[in-house]
Amino acid sequence: MSPDPGMFAPLGVSFEAITDIDFWISVGVLAGIYAIVGLGLQINTGFTGIVNFGAAGFMAIGAYSMAILVLDGGLNFWVSLPLAMLITMLFGAIIGLPSLRLRADYFAIATIAMAEMVRLFAQNARGLTGGNQGLFCAEDDPSNCYTNAWRDVSDSINGFVENFWTDPATLFPLLLVIWATVGIATVALVYLQKTPWGRVLRAVREDEDAARALGKNTLLFKLQSLAIAALLGATGGFFLAINLATLHPIDFEPLITFFAFSVLVLAGLANYKGVFVGAILFWFVIEGTRFIELPDPPFTETRIAALRLAITGLLLIGLMAFRPQGLFGKRQEMVLGE
Amino acid sequence: MGDLLARNPRLTALGVIIAIFLVLVIAKGLHDVAQTGLNGLSLGAIYALGAVGLTLVYGILKLVNFAHGDFLTFGAYMAYLVNVTWGAPLVVAIFWAMLMTALLGIVLDRVLWAPMRAKHAGLLQFLLMAIGLAFLLRAIVQWFWGTEIRALDVNRTSSVEILGLRIGQTELIVVVVGIAVLVAVGIGLRMTLLGKRMRALSDDLELAETAGIDTRRVILWTWVFAGGLAGLAGVLAASITSLYPEMGFELLLPIFAAVVLGGIGDAFGALAAGMVIGVMTEWSTLLIDARWKTAVGFLVLLIVLIVRPQGIFGRAKAI
Repeated sequence: MSPDPGMFAPLGVSFEAITDIDFWISVGVLAGIYAIVGLGLQINTGFTGIVNFGAAGFMAIGAYSMAILVLDGGLNFWVSLPLAMLITMLFGAIIGLPSLRLRADYFAIATIAMAEMVRLFAQNARGLTGGNQGLFCAEDDPSNCYTNAWRDVSDSINGFVENFWTDPATLFPLLLVIWATVGIATVALVYLQKTPWGRVLRAVREDEDAARALGKNTLLFKLQSLAIAALLGATGGFFLAINLATLHPIDFEPLITFFAFSVLVLAGLANYKGVFVGAILFWFVIEGTRFIELPDPPFTETRIAALRLAITGLLLIGLMAFRPQGLFGKRQEMVLGE
Repeated sequence: MGDLLARNPRLTALGVIIAIFLVLVIAKGLHDVAQTGLNGLSLGAIYALGAVGLTLVYGILKLVNFAHGDFLTFGAYMAYLVNVTWGAPLVVAIFWAMLMTALLGIVLDRVLWAPMRAKHAGLLQFLLMAIGLAFLLRAIVQWFWGTEIRALDVNRTSSVEILGLRIGQTELIVVVVGIAVLVAVGIGLRMTLLGKRMRALSDDLELAETAGIDTRRVILWTWVFAGGLAGLAGVLAASITSLYPEMGFELLLPIFAAVVLGGIGDAFGALAAGMVIGVMTEWSTLLIDARWKTAVGFLVLLIVLIVRPQGIFGRAKAI
């Protein structure tokens, strides 16, 4: 029944890709990961008014800590997760303590420098991180990989799913767990925002001096906001690590942070519930380039990668120029940089 | 120490540099320190050239131009087009690269930054737009030239010996051109009317406007200046290393370090700080593996931001 894709060349749509469930699940996995990281950026940038450009650094610290604890520390995967979260939050606090006093633009530069330091470390501390070769299984024991514990869980989830869906996709359990996490994180953050604590965050964003005059320790609130972003960044990092099965420093380049920022501003600032929609839309557009059959040449693989980069760039420029509040944001809540 | 730093930061900085120099000389010998320092000059010239434009744009337009690194990339590939694809001499390529990058700066101000200024856009809008622009420029370079590592047609083998120190012929040209242009820029900023106007705008745009300075013209020249110098820095970087789409973005953070160390908006500070960071980066190879040397720029950036965000050369404003 499926028509010959060649019929639609040169600008045809590949129906095989559109109906390929594995492909859509992998897009959903990516969207979910960036929704989690985007929620962290939302509490920072949207609700606390701190422009955190270091999300990729948090993801890297989380992912590498987990993998190193499992492979070198010999810890159980499930024990390594909370530890890696703690390490990342601690790291966020250590970075935030001196730099949160800075003006917003200086803080942005400081956080991107911090994230790049982390990547440089991952590249060069080869004994610990595997450097550019990557980190996947223990050197002395190739059967001990950081993904092992997850694979067992994944298999048992799919074993249950098989009751409804014969031969389920391998990534399906990851998709389920990631989107459950997105849901829990969104609900928790929406709830937090309604508490007095959440209102102080907003006050810090609107007028830090006024909040301080009311006796609030604003630095402490900003630190807590950054720590939550670190927690969510680390969580995104775990899922990314599982999805990739091998950690490379290049997977945590600054571009990753700005993918998450694109998700955030597409959804709109100061709105948690919109973030997942932004994530789905963004990755639909970026990965959508895969199912439009572009003729090669001129559309070589590097050019399609360039195209995605260009789409991300144009999206950021266009949104900031014409609709800075994104899809669901409120214009009056964009008080950054008056 | 902290007190001295607050009262006389330049003297403290000079003292720190001399102390590092002496310690290194005692530990590693004068020859090695001088040799690595010489290597650092070419890197420093590139950082300084990149930093002057970035700091002026920041000072005058309050724009943290995250796309500035990609201006360097753009300049480098413009030079590649002339030097390798068309086979013209490097000198022609340098002028072409400077011209085109200056033009890029002007065009982008017209279509992007000026309308945003007119809209009174907020800080986050400017920041994310600059990031978006950086990706767009990188994408354009990647579309036309791909991701493979390329090189300019320069002499990479011959070297020159001066006072017992060896320097590659191309490195020497980079140092000489870089420092000559930096001195010219320094003199131009101090002596010419345009230079004074630029610095006045960087100090206080509204006050400068009230004083009757045609800010629109000065802004235009600032982009010519920033773009041209970024283009030059890009070509110089490409001639001593190589070309690839991320080259400029990778240079951006050490350039930021120079801008911050020099005091944001302070062109002289950026010049000096760029050279200092370049030399320090190469000196670090005496103590640590060369693959870690990029960390020097990051560390300087983070330490200055934390200890003295107004920079060594900057005045204490509200940071």
